[in-house]
Amino acid sequence: MKQIGLLKHLSLTATAVAMMAFGAAAQAADTIKVGVLHSLSGTMAISETTLKDTVLMMIDEQNKKGGLLGKKLEPVVVDPASNWPLFAEKARELLAKDKVDVTFGCWTSVSRKSVLPVFEELNGLLFYPVQYEGEESSKNVFYTGAAPNQQAIPAVDYLMNDVKVKRWVLAGTDYVYPRTTNKILEAYLKSKGVKAEDIMINYTPFGHSDWQSIVSDIKKFGSAGKKTAVVSTINGDANVPFYKELGNQKISAEDIPVVAFSVGEEELAGLDTKPLVGHLAAWNYFMSIDKPVNKSAIGSWHQFIKNNKRTFNDPMEATVIGFNLWVKAVEKAKTTDVAKVSDAIIGLETPNLTGGTAKMLPNHHLTKPVFIGEIREDGQLDVVWQTKGEVAGDAWSDFLPGSKDIEADWVTLKCGNYNTKTKKCSGQNF
Amino acid sequence: MLLTLSASGIAYPSFAQDAGTEAVSVADAPADAALSFDAALSALPEASYSDKESLLQQIAVSGHPQAGAVIRALLDGRLLATADGAIVIAAVDTDAATADTAAAPTLSVAATGAAAPAAPADSLKKIGTNNRLRKTLKGLVAQLSLADPDAAVRLAAVKEMVRTLDDTTVAALRAHRDTEADAKVQAAIDTGLALADLSSSDADTRLAAVQHVADDIGAEVYNGLLPLTQQNDDGSFAEPDARVRSAAAIALRHIESRRKLYGGVETLFFGLSLGSVLVLAAIGLAITFGVMGVINMAHGELIMLGAYTAYVMQQLMPQQIAMATMLSIPAAFVVSGLMGVAIERGIVRFLYGRPLETLLATFGLSLVLQQLVRSIFSPLNRSVQTPAFMSGSLTINDALSLTYNRLYIVVFMFIVFAALLALLKRTSLGLKVRAVSQNRAMARAMGVRTEWVDAATFGLGSGIAGVAGVALSQLTNVGPNLGQAYIIDSFMVVVFGGVGSLWGTLISGMSLGVVNKLLEPYAGAVMAKILVLVFLIMFIQKRPRGLFPQKGRAAEG
Repeated sequence: MKQIGLLKHLSLTATAVAMMAFGAAAQAADTIKVGVLHSLSGTMAISETTLKDTVLMMIDEQNKKGGLLGKKLEPVVVDPASNWPLFAEKARELLAKDKVDVTFGCWTSVSRKSVLPVFEELNGLLFYPVQYEGEESSKNVFYTGAAPNQQAIPAVDYLMNDVKVKRWVLAGTDYVYPRTTNKILEAYLKSKGVKAEDIMINYTPFGHSDWQSIVSDIKKFGSAGKKTAVVSTINGDANVPFYKELGNQKISAEDIPVVAFSVGEEELAGLDTKPLVGHLAAWNYFMSIDKPVNKSAIGSWHQFIKNNKRTFNDPMEATVIGFNLWVKAVEKAKTTDVAKVSDAIIGLETPNLTGGTAKMLPNHHLTKPVFIGEIREDGQLDVVWQTKGEVAGDAWSDFLPGSKDIEADWVTLKCGNYNTKTKKCSGQNF
Repeated sequence: MLLTLSASGIAYPSFAQDAGTEAVSVADAPADAALSFDAALSALPEASYSDKESLLQQIAVSGHPQAGAVIRALLDGRLLATADGAIVIAAVDTDAATADTAAAPTLSVAATGAAAPAAPADSLKKIGTNNRLRKTLKGLVAQLSLADPDAAVRLAAVKEMVRTLDDTTVAALRAHRDTEADAKVQAAIDTGLALADLSSSDADTRLAAVQHVADDIGAEVYNGLLPLTQQNDDGSFAEPDARVRSAAAIALRHIESRRKLYGGVETLFFGLSLGSVLVLAAIGLAITFGVMGVINMAHGELIMLGAYTAYVMQQLMPQQIAMATMLSIPAAFVVSGLMGVAIERGIVRFLYGRPLETLLATFGLSLVLQQLVRSIFSPLNRSVQTPAFMSGSLTINDALSLTYNRLYIVVFMFIVFAALLALLKRTSLGLKVRAVSQNRAMARAMGVRTEWVDAATFGLGSGIAGVAGVALSQLTNVGPNLGQAYIIDSFMVVVFGGVGSLWGTLISGMSLGVVNKLLEPYAGAVMAKILVLVFLIMFIQKRPRGLFPQKGRAAEG
């Protein structure tokens, strides 16, 4: 107890000193509170900690510019510890106790589904920065990551048209994002005339390490004389033994390329990249994209984190875009009131880090460019293909029977789940 | 080197005719070869990937003596552009060179092959390649490699060319056929030429080709024969000649049955390799849990410590990965063994006969060990390198190849098992361990220092767990959660095999591995695991003491 008291005292003094140093003498009541809901411990900490740092960097930069509406931004960081029910508790704590004005958070779809009822009940505002499976559009959530039509579908188009792939392996980890994405992809491929016998679907548990028979199956599947590719929604560190096994069984990227949706610069930084060279990844941002705006963002990130070796990745870009759009919306609405900001943000544009613009659409998704990159030996990705312009995010996939009639529009329809056939708004399915 | 190739074509005029225009035109071209070679080479660094492809074709047909070296260097990522725009070839892989910053790579000028002045590694820019380009390069290198003095290189080149048969490669193969001295390479070329003959307009040629390739089980042959037996949409056969059709059908059936056989062998191997991983992970537990009766939930973390020992050893000896990996086996035994002794002396010995408390205490300890590793090594996975002799695969034939890392681990498991068995059956320590586990009071009455034996036994089991960790570091991710992934499997194997029986652990681990792999193709990886667990639960209901229950009064008591 004593120690905790001492710590508290110390941190209070530190805050006081910091405030005096700023000279703004801003009082606690006069700040805009920004909630940060990312796991800082547990299995997702590897990925999510950098997003917390990104939000802190953006807040820091905004405060240096003089804050927002004349007030300083104050981060409120909580740790949901990769524990999905705890996400909901921490979200409630942020909204009810800390009374934050906006929250940036969540990584896995299951954590987002877990906080969704809380944000809708307490009318909070959440910016979700990770690519996801779609089939959702909440009044209180803005999705700044990619929907399936901004990552999976263009990647398949690239393989089909440019690499002339005829046989498809859809390999994924066994949970909601890969299952939904693969369902969409299967329907899409079939709509393009791919026969069922040319599609192989495979699911593995989290952290799977014994890939020998699956890779051998892929090899057999791919040796039927037709060009074959693997579309991988394998998540987390199961990717390492997977690519290793591909190398050991002498499957090269030239023969059977693997295009991954969950392997980015951050994941590659911890790997021996030799067996991965030439395999593909599809994202809306790559660190290697040579644009001044990207260079300056990476520069300020390195300065903030005080480490020149740190990577910058797609969800971080999505966080930056989300933050910038929220700042613009608050400035436009001249308040942080959730309803007014939500109205103001739609149609707003902000430059993304790859030289284009991100625009917030009425379905709470963004316009995003899509890039396909080849993995290089240094863990960066070379862009080999990109969409001509930005692709508008589609919350409800047009290729699933259950969702192709459903529209999300928070401007005219005021509904995230509107069935155009029955003309009914069904509200959110949690 | 292409010159040699086309020269051989000229030396055998009858083949030069078959070879078509490609090889001949190369021989006719050398007048402005040097010019186009230099121009193409200097354009390489700035060219887009698609431009690079045509530039490379230009280089390949230029017949310039350095053409082969340039193409090989580009494929290996050794072709570099210096700061002032000159193009050089590094003698070794630049990544390996930059890892050792002290030594800049030895360079030679790409256009002449003469030595180039050394340049600092960071001023050199690698000329990049992408998938499509690498594929083209591989084809070009294969054509160049046909003149290689090493038969193995020629064989690989021929196999590469057979995979992408077109007029050019067929011509090159045909030209090379009769100068080839090695029988194996010749056979591979014949297969390739026969495959090309499958699309000949003469039915007899096609029939001869089918009969020639009938004994080959490679995917190219299968895919080449398959269309011959298929019907078009209107019911007519793609292959008009009935003799060819039936020969192809027989050959296909033959290939399919042999493929099935080798597929079965492969599945068995997969099962054995999964089984040996299970046995390795469980065998330490078979001692601590089986012999001593201690439920050690930190067993997985002892495996993890062994894996991290392998990582540390590799960090200590970055130049000799293979040596470091071998040395980490005894090192991991010592590290995990000492940790085991410390656990026994510090925690477990106060809790003998209280399984629940032991379970809780060791579970807590496992969390402490995980956090310790997180604090020391960071929560990110560490990458443990695979020594060169353990990567790749042993190709037995076109349908069956076994990966070396799995092969070594199966062998390694048997060595560990044999050593452990010998230790328990043939040494005085082993005798004491067995005595204490059978009847503690009697052993003590005979003058055995049971406390000392307890510590040594626990240390032994933990040390074996560490050794297993070294093996696992070659297969899976080395991270703080490594142990958790294996603790359940380990208990499963020990309980199924019969508590206290080493042979039981071996049999049960192997059979669980094989059953899992047999189920996997039908049920999928997730379902296979569930089915195995369900089977295990039902088995334990019937035979609570496992496959090989301990017999005797002590066990019954």
